[in-house]
Amino acid sequence: MTEADPDNRSERTRVRRQAIFIALSAAPFGVTFGIAAVEAGLSVAQAMGFSVLVFAGSAQFAAVSVLGDGGTVAAAVIAGLLLNLRSLAFGVALAPALRGTWPWRALVSQLMIDESTAVGTAQSTKSLRRYGYLAAGVAVFVVWNASTLLGAAVLSSSGDLVENLGLDAAIPAVFLALVWPRLADPTQRRLAVAGAAVALLLSPFIAAGIPILASAGVVVLARGELRG
Amino acid sequence: MDDATLVMVLLAAGTYALKAAGPLVLGGRSQLAGWLERLALLLPAPLLMALVATSTLVADGRWVVDARLAGLAAAAVALWRRANFVVVVLVAAATTAVVRLVV
Repeated sequence: MTEADPDNRSERTRVRRQAIFIALSAAPFGVTFGIAAVEAGLSVAQAMGFSVLVFAGSAQFAAVSVLGDGGTVAAAVIAGLLLNLRSLAFGVALAPALRGTWPWRALVSQLMIDESTAVGTAQSTKSLRRYGYLAAGVAVFVVWNASTLLGAAVLSSSGDLVENLGLDAAIPAVFLALVWPRLADPTQRRLAVAGAAVALLLSPFIAAGIPILASAGVVVLARGELRG
Repeated sequence: MDDATLVMVLLAAGTYALKAAGPLVLGGRSQLAGWLERLALLLPAPLLMALVATSTLVADGRWVVDARLAGLAAAAVALWRRANFVVVVLVAAATTAVVRLVV
């Protein structure tokens, strides 16, 4: 399996196209994150810090949303981490394709997101899985950060614009778009409804952010499935 | 350090630990316990829908019905019609803005 192998080269081109396509589709999402972060009171530098260092879309949105509602640091961090628990499963699934020196594995681990996992695990051989993971991870990283900067920089100068243009309604729309594919599954649909109900009922009575964490507790409703 | 920076640092550290545990520590030999894998799969649905609900219907610790709800309904229709992400967000924002102007 060398670079000169024509089959291998065309396969890599195909994988690279997948990676670029999936990265471009992350761009509007990144712009929205930049806007949401500035709207929640973050500076442009802080918004960029989230996208470079955290680099996990739904968790970034959740943490910034909890912060914007006046939630505590702990609530924002825990909400993000609960959403990211799946990265642990991704990492275990992809580890065999990501062999290498210790510093190399430390570096490429930062790219462990939904998109790189999807492109990586979809490939048929271990070397293509590695290639797909890296191509999608790097492509999304570049697009995600560029689009965050665009959203944050454009909006940071124009505060009133947010409410006048209805941009505050973009946040629930983003969360709905993120959860939408999961609603096809009856168990997840049930958990989603229960989680929303718990969070809404608790919201007037406890500090912002905690109702979000409490919603995670509804997974006990699916304890039968958790046992497997 | 302000709250947002603190959240950024702690969330980045915790997220990195979750991302890197497989490739760096567990390697390719081990398998995640089945229940943990299923828990990780099931957690996002209630959390994300809780965020949908509170970011639409709660403001300053109180239940509020305002133009955001119309925006969310429009987003749901767009998603149901299989619109892409840009369209969903624009439809939600435009609907909210129009309802604010009219009501």
